[in-house]
This record gives sequence, structure tokens and C-alpha cells, in this order.
Amino acid sequence: METMQFLSIEVVIAGVLVVALIFYALLGGADYGGGVWDLFACGTRAREQRTLIAEAIGPVWEANHVWLILVIVVLFTAFPPAFAAIGTALHIPLALMLVGIVLRGTAFTFRKYDVQRDDVRHRWSLVFSIASVITPVLLGITLGAIASGRIRVRDGVVTSGFFEAWLAPFPFAVGLFALVLFAFLAAVYLTLETRDRDLQEDFRRRALAAGVALGALALGVFLLAKNGAPAVYAGIGRSFWALPLHVFTGACATSALICLWLRRYAWARVCAAAQVTLILSGWALAQFPYLVQPDIAIASAAAPRLTLELLLGALTAGAIVLFPSLYYLFWIFKGRNLSIR
Amino acid sequence: MDDLLAARSQMAMSLAFHIIFAAIGIALPLLMIIAEGQWLRTKKEVYLTLAKRWANGTAILFAVGAVSGTVLSFELGLLWPAFMGYAGAIIGMPFSLEGFAFFTEAIFLGVYLYGWERISSRAHLLAGAAVAASGALSGIFVVTANAWMNTPAGFRIVDGRPVDIDPIAAMMNPAAFTQNLHMTLAAYAATGFVVAGIHAFMLLRDRSNLFHRRAIAIALAVGGLTAILQPLSGDRLAKMVARNQPVKLAAFEGQFATVQGAPLRIGGIPDERAGVTRYAIEIPYGLSFFAYGDFHATVKGLKEFSRDEWPPVAIVHVAFQIMVACGFAMMAVAAWGAWRLGRSGAWLDSKPFLRALVAAAPLGFVAIEAGWVVTEVGRQPWIIYGVMRTADAVTPMPGLVAPFTTFTLLYLFLAVITVWLLLRQVAASPRKFKSAER
Repeated sequence: METMQFLSIEVVIAGVLVVALIFYALLGGADYGGGVWDLFACGTRAREQRTLIAEAIGPVWEANHVWLILVIVVLFTAFPPAFAAIGTALHIPLALMLVGIVLRGTAFTFRKYDVQRDDVRHRWSLVFSIASVITPVLLGITLGAIASGRIRVRDGVVTSGFFEAWLAPFPFAVGLFALVLFAFLAAVYLTLETRDRDLQEDFRRRALAAGVALGALALGVFLLAKNGAPAVYAGIGRSFWALPLHVFTGACATSALICLWLRRYAWARVCAAAQVTLILSGWALAQFPYLVQPDIAIASAAAPRLTLELLLGALTAGAIVLFPSLYYLFWIFKGRNLSIR
Repeated sequence: MDDLLAARSQMAMSLAFHIIFAAIGIALPLLMIIAEGQWLRTKKEVYLTLAKRWANGTAILFAVGAVSGTVLSFELGLLWPAFMGYAGAIIGMPFSLEGFAFFTEAIFLGVYLYGWERISSRAHLLAGAAVAASGALSGIFVVTANAWMNTPAGFRIVDGRPVDIDPIAAMMNPAAFTQNLHMTLAAYAATGFVVAGIHAFMLLRDRSNLFHRRAIAIALAVGGLTAILQPLSGDRLAKMVARNQPVKLAAFEGQFATVQGAPLRIGGIPDERAGVTRYAIEIPYGLSFFAYGDFHATVKGLKEFSRDEWPPVAIVHVAFQIMVACGFAMMAVAAWGAWRLGRSGAWLDSKPFLRALVAAAPLGFVAIEAGWVVTEVGRQPWIIYGVMRTADAVTPMPGLVAPFTTFTLLYLFLAVITVWLLLRQVAASPRKFKSAER
């Protein structure tokens, strides 16, 4: 691989895609995780748990959702053949994911504005929370299939069929991993959304359980990758950055659990977010320079230079508007728990 | 149902559904902040109640609009991968900009809906203004991409592939400005009329309620003004279509033969086989004048083009007639309202006028749906006019009737629930604003 490739504009934009995906996981993912805990709300405080989740995600979920849109539009502007191939080979899981996205968002909103009667609320909660479980699994399946090397493209035509790429153990394992990851993030964040000690304990226990399950699943996904996503597996094993990345990711995961155990919730959140960032970055690095293993590379799928330059300009200008606005949103609604105490 | 038809049906259904929410998402926040501005200025509680009601409506509609918009952005790839593979680099730019506009909209809507007690009233109003502005901007970016499909620009074709791609030139395509003007005005007019119509209905049953009077005044200020301007933008758009898509213009009018001094047809049913449009009222020289500003200009008829380049003429012609009829009816009601207002402050005491508002309530959205049939079906058989046929863009995925059915049922369910929730919001007519004050 040429060193030039590391610095080219298409690689920068591919990096923006990864960053947007990380934000989507950290913010939008946690909103799905909230829905998961809505489904599993139990005990004497089930109602309080649900209320806390609704208050936590209410003002922010629509903004958090836009990260996914950004990923999609940047992908089809900068790498049109990759978007076309993914849309074709993964039509089925993506269409199902869309059903989940639609039901999750609308049911959450309808619950707030429908008759405030227990049975009605319960019905919407069920739709909202089940969709919150299914959607991350399908997102994970999609990402797993992209990494698996089973989407084959020849001369811009998908040759691997409509089931081959995703109907396999590895993508499903990634789907489960994504679900537990989002649930873990949500539980960690939720410990900081309330001052009620009992509620904090509820979500602390959930975070610890999800964190341990996540570790086990990570191992499972890694072992399945050997056959399920050989190129990525080799990338993770061989590259010079692999060992430090593994060590650092593991350290963050362990620290998150320790902080939860010690009830240092703000630090637990930092570690959990770092852990997720490292996991996704590791995947991206292992897959580099491919957008879709093994037939669509960043350089070969890139749009003409003028398009990329204008897109990068738009992304920069957009970021200048976006980040202060996002900060304002989170400052208003999460201000009292944004800082590390 | 073959796969191409299923894909087209799914796309059409998704767009027809989403456009209602998109249009209201553009205009309702404007009504909402006008009401809030009036509340801050006059401190009359009725305006605060109005702003909060409209905010609830915006919240419900935006949620449905956001997720159905997400579906569309994916469907571009799920249903038309060859189109996106070809056009992504040329016309992805406005979609990317739309992504940021959508971000701004979602962020400040969160601030607005949940921030009533948390930020200053001025900051709150500004957040609402940011929602209204970014909503309009979102719509403009998306329509710009659609305009490019009608009048593609910003590239050359060499060996069947696009080269010399210039995304800015693509965004500045000939249809962009007029199509955007037409659609943006339509969003305000349709939303203004539907809101005014609903409150007129309530006012007819609850004659002294100030709440509904104030609501109608704000809704008609926005909807009436834009309805009066709309025919002008329609005229510009028709002239643009005449220059750039003559076969589409011929389909609008059911004009089969090429003639000098072509008539403008009102109504009528085109017969593609016989190549004539029957039962229409014809205004001599009208089409030549409206399309080219010259009574004796030559209008190319459909017969000038090969049959495999014709859009489905009857559908396009009838949809065009419906759109224009709705537009003129709305303009007439708006003009009537302006005339009544000019004569006396008691302009909302007339039962016939309130009934006309009720009758006109759905017309804006009927016109929007018909207008999209005109522009989308009128572009067929092309997905990119003159460049790529729709049949060549569709995914190879078989069994597309399954997702079409799934999403249709899903959207029907959402439509029923949304209407029910909005009716709940509307039906709870606040009693406390009953007063003799006008």
C-alpha cells in the first residue's frame, strides 16, 4: 500500500464516515439501548425506570438519529458504487431495519401524545421497546456482512445474491454484539440521568451485567471472525497497531466495569464511550482500505475529486454549525450531568 | 405485479406519504413561532396556547416525517442502486447539505419542544425560528436533487459514464429555482389552508371562541398569501418545462399534434391510442401563450416524440388539471378572505366564508400529491430525464412486492394513528377563550 493513500481526500472522507458511525453508536445507539431497558424494566421501580428512560432520550433522540442519515448521504455522495452494492446485497436486512427505525421512533412519540392510560401506554411501550431490540441487531448484521467478505461485486454488479452475505453466523453474532453494546452504553449513561440512589443502582446492575456479557460476546465474535470475516480477522491479528489497540480497548472495558463497581459513574461513562470508539475504530482499521470487503476499496469507489473536495467543504461548514448546536442541546438537557465529578 | 412496478409503487407510496409530513414540517413551525411571537408581544394567553398546540402537532408530525425520510434515503439504494451508483457523485451534494439542515432542525426542535421552562423566552423563540428555517432549507435541498432528475446538468457522458462532474452546476440546474419556488410556496399554502380549515370547522360549532379566530388569522396570513402567489410560480415552472422537457409539457396538456397557436385545455381525457384529447374546454391560443408568451408559438405535440419516450399521458394530464384546479380554488378563497378582511374586522363572522375554508382545507395537499404525480410520472420513462431509464435503474432484487406491501401497511397504520392523535389535539378545544372580544 502506498503511503500516499493514507493522506488522500477519499481516505479523509472515509474517516468522516467512521467518525459519524461512532457518534451514531455513542448517541443513537444508547437511545436504542434505552428502549431495550424499557422492555426489561422490572421490579418495584419499573415505572420509574421507564419514565427515566423516556426523559433521558426525549429531547435528543431525533438529533441523535440524524448521524445515521449523515452516514448514508456521505456514503452515496463520496462512494456511490459502495452504496449501490450495499443496497443491493443487503436489501433484506436494511429494509427490516427501516421497519424497526420507523416503529421505534413513532411509537416513542405516539406514547407521549396518546391517551395517558396505562393500557395504551403499555401497548406503545411494547412497540417502542421491541423495535429498539430488533433494530440494533439488524444494524449489526449489516455491518457484519460488510466486513465478512461475502458481498461479492464484479463490474459494479453484485454477484453474491441477496441472502449469501448476511445469512451466516458471523453477521448475526455482530448483530447480537451491537444490541448488547447499545444496552451497555444506555445503562451506563442512565446512572447519570437521575439522583435517585435506587434507580442508579438498578442501572448500575444492568450496566455491569451487560458489560460482562459484552466481553463474552466480543470473544465470541472474534472467534467467529476467523472463518466468518477472514480478512478483518487477519487485519486485527497482524497489523502493527493491533496489539496496542487490543490492550487499550481491554483496559477501557475493564476500567468501565471497575468504575461501575465503585459507583464512579462519570468515569464509567468516559471509559465506556472510549471502549466503543476503540472497537469501531479497530474494525475500520482492520477493514482498511476496503469499504466493502473484498471488492470495493476506498480509492476505486471514490467519486471524482471535485465532488470529494466540495463534500469535504460542506462537511467542514456543516460541522461548524452542527457541533455548537449539539453542544447547546446537550448543555440544556444534560448540563447537570455532562461534567466529570 | 412485476418488480419494476413494485419498486416504482413503493417509491411513489413512500414519497406520497413523506411529502405530507415534510410540507407540514416546513410550514407548521412558522405558524408556531408567529403565535409565540404574538404571545411575547401581547402577553395574551390565547397565543401561548396556540403555540403549544401547534408545537404538539409539530412534534407528532416531525417524528413521522423524520423516520419516513430515513426510509427514503435508504430506498434510493434499496430500489434504485444503478441510479445512485451513476448519480451519487453528481447529485449527492444537496443530500449531504440536507443532512446538516435536518440535523439543525432536529436539534432545535428538541430544544423547542422540551425547553419551554429551561431557556429564556427569546432563546426559545429563536430555537423555533431555527426549526422553521432549517425545515424550509431541507425541503429546498431535496427538491434541488429532484429538479436535477428533470433537467440534468453538471456532467458530460462519455462511453455511457458521466465525466467532468461539477456538483455545483448540477445543483444550479435549470429546474432548480422554479421547482423550489413552487414547492416551498405549496408547503406554506397547503399547511396554512389545512390548519385554517380545521379551526374554521371548530369555529362554526363554537362561534365565540377566540382561540380559533386567532388560529385562522395566523394560518391564513401564511397560507392565503402564498396561495395568491402560487399561480405565478406555476406559470414560471410551466415555461421552464416547455423549454427543457417539451414532451412533459405536451403530456400536461394532452397535446398530441404539433401546432402553431395551441389551445389551453381545461379538463378532458387524453386517448393515447387515438392521439386526441376529448371533452376538454379549449381556450384558443392559450397554451402557446402560457408556455412561450406568444399566441402563435409552435407547441411540440407528443407525436413529435417516439412512443417509448411518452409518459403515461392520461395520468399526467388529469393530475395536472387537478393540481391547477385546486390551486385556483385556494387562490379564490384567499382573495375572498382578503376582501372580507379589508371591509371589516368581523371577517370571520360569515358562515359561508368559514364553510369555504372548511371545504378548501384538503385542497392544498390534494394539489401537492397531484403535483408530484405530474412531475414524477411526467418524467417517465426516465429516472434521469434523457439520460437513464427507470427500468435500467431498478434493483435486481426479486420479490419486490413484499417490501412494497410491508411498507404500505406500515404507513397506513401510521397514517391512521397520526390522524387520530392530531384529532385528539384539535378536538380538545380550549373553553377558556370564549369571549365577545374580536
